[in-house]
Amino acid sequence: MGQTFAEKVLARKAGLEAVTPGQIVTVRPDRLLTHDNTADISQKFHRIGVQRVADPTMSVIVLDHVTPAASETYAANHKLIREFVAEQGIAAFYDVGEGICHQVLPEQGHAWPGAVIVGSDSHTPTYGAFGAFAAGIGRTEAAAVMATGQIWLRVPESIKIRIHGTLPPHVTAKDVILHVIGDLRADGAAYCSVEFTGETVRALSIAGRMTLTNMAAEMGAKNAVVEPDATTRAWLAGRVTHPYAEIHADPDATYSRVVEYDVSDLAPQIAKPHTVDNVVPVTEVVGTQIDQCLIGTCTNGRLEDLRAAADILRGRHIASSVRLLVLPASRAILLEALAEGIISDLVASGATLLNPGCGPCLGAHQGCMAPGEVTLSTANRNFKGRMGSKEAFIYLGSPATVAASALAGVISDPREA
Amino acid sequence: MKTKITGRVWKYGDDVNTDVIFAGKYTYSISDPAEMAQHALEDLDPTFTQRVHPGDIIVAGKNWGCGSSREQAVICLKQAGVAAIVARSFARIYFRNCINHALPIVTCDAVDGVESGEELTIDFAAGTVTTPGGVYTFPPFSPEVLEILEDGGLIPHARKQLGIKE
Repeated sequence: MGQTFAEKVLARKAGLEAVTPGQIVTVRPDRLLTHDNTADISQKFHRIGVQRVADPTMSVIVLDHVTPAASETYAANHKLIREFVAEQGIAAFYDVGEGICHQVLPEQGHAWPGAVIVGSDSHTPTYGAFGAFAAGIGRTEAAAVMATGQIWLRVPESIKIRIHGTLPPHVTAKDVILHVIGDLRADGAAYCSVEFTGETVRALSIAGRMTLTNMAAEMGAKNAVVEPDATTRAWLAGRVTHPYAEIHADPDATYSRVVEYDVSDLAPQIAKPHTVDNVVPVTEVVGTQIDQCLIGTCTNGRLEDLRAAADILRGRHIASSVRLLVLPASRAILLEALAEGIISDLVASGATLLNPGCGPCLGAHQGCMAPGEVTLSTANRNFKGRMGSKEAFIYLGSPATVAASALAGVISDPREA
Repeated sequence: MKTKITGRVWKYGDDVNTDVIFAGKYTYSISDPAEMAQHALEDLDPTFTQRVHPGDIIVAGKNWGCGSSREQAVICLKQAGVAAIVARSFARIYFRNCINHALPIVTCDAVDGVESGEELTIDFAAGTVTTPGGVYTFPPFSPEVLEILEDGGLIPHARKQLGIKE
């Protein structure tokens, strides 16, 4: 009987011939991601009572959530993490300024086809864009993985999402995934492994694929994957230097659900406050007043995202009523964007450039909102209170939509910018 | 783990996310569980922290705990005295975080049979939730999950696995 991606990868990792959904397997992950929460995780690790992590090469630690430290408390946490990294001999440590974990891991060769990656961050499924099995876990669980080197995982049911059609101009992977989440809802893929397939997905760049797998978390997915192909291999060349064995789902695998979309006529999409599945075509909200725009985050802070924004903003200026914040997802992307002149274009148009990192996405610093304010963001979450005041409003859209809206000071259709 | 608990109900709806259970702005600045409890459900129900009693039970619709992986969204409720959470369904990471902190979690439709302020009883051995509006059944935990719950959470469980004694 054919097997899905998740069944194959978990069977291989567990040393079993085959596994079935619902079965619990114990595996040694290839990588364990932790970020600023490593401070707390290291204390939980010590509470377990072991001195050394089971495998220092398993851990990848990235400081990204509140970087540079916004207060003494954050600074003390970062210091604790640096001490833990030195004490445990963890080589894969990326300090303030390197970028967002979900961008830095792949750039540094820590995500590859067939890898099993767990991370103490809910957007860990992002690495499925490289054909990895990647799932989020909590802090205590990350501490236990450090101590024991292993984790139990329930073999998930799988959903296949097949996407057809050529995307119209100014319509992007972000619009596709917002449309899918709006249709399947916030728990539409709960506990499931999502396989994105179809000619539209094949035609997407790595950046676009990462936007899909990143936001699969917003419909409850355990992991999400895009089958590795020539695009994947070309991107990984020079980044992943060890051999790896790709895992592809069997054509006769069993899915709990197969969903098909044709995106040939898709309009730019917007998620309205306060849930990610509250999705409408941009045309329904055009004219909505906004105070702040955000281009960046682990969803849309990559070079092609910044380029799409710059293409709209070049030689023009944002509305005087709006603040535009731009955060490249990593130092590498910032350097590329600088070399291409994108950053000059954005800053000249009125954007405020922030350092690579998570920035204001989680409401801890660098652009929190006052009561009654509205942000239009390329991020992945618009929950009440997420970016400061619980009386503020967050809309989500693509980089092109955010750029077009920053020019007008109201939500705007990028096809008309 | 107690085999049977009875408690007063706090009832909430569908898709309650971790940001309204425990706001992101506190996730790297508050580390004391008692202080976490003071912010529990802050952006969803401002009356909760003043009126919650030890032993109370949260009852909710589908997808409780969606969003972030932050386990403070479990710890703050446990520390506030919540004895169990009963929901139509749970977000996956939230489910694991509850098990890892030995906060009993029950998946069933009890939300249809009870209102805030009323009482319900969870019988873990029988796999039933008894509400004023009816009795709901739930499937048993898998042996792996039950063992973590009975060990008192993942840290004691990991200590046992690794053979660490006091």
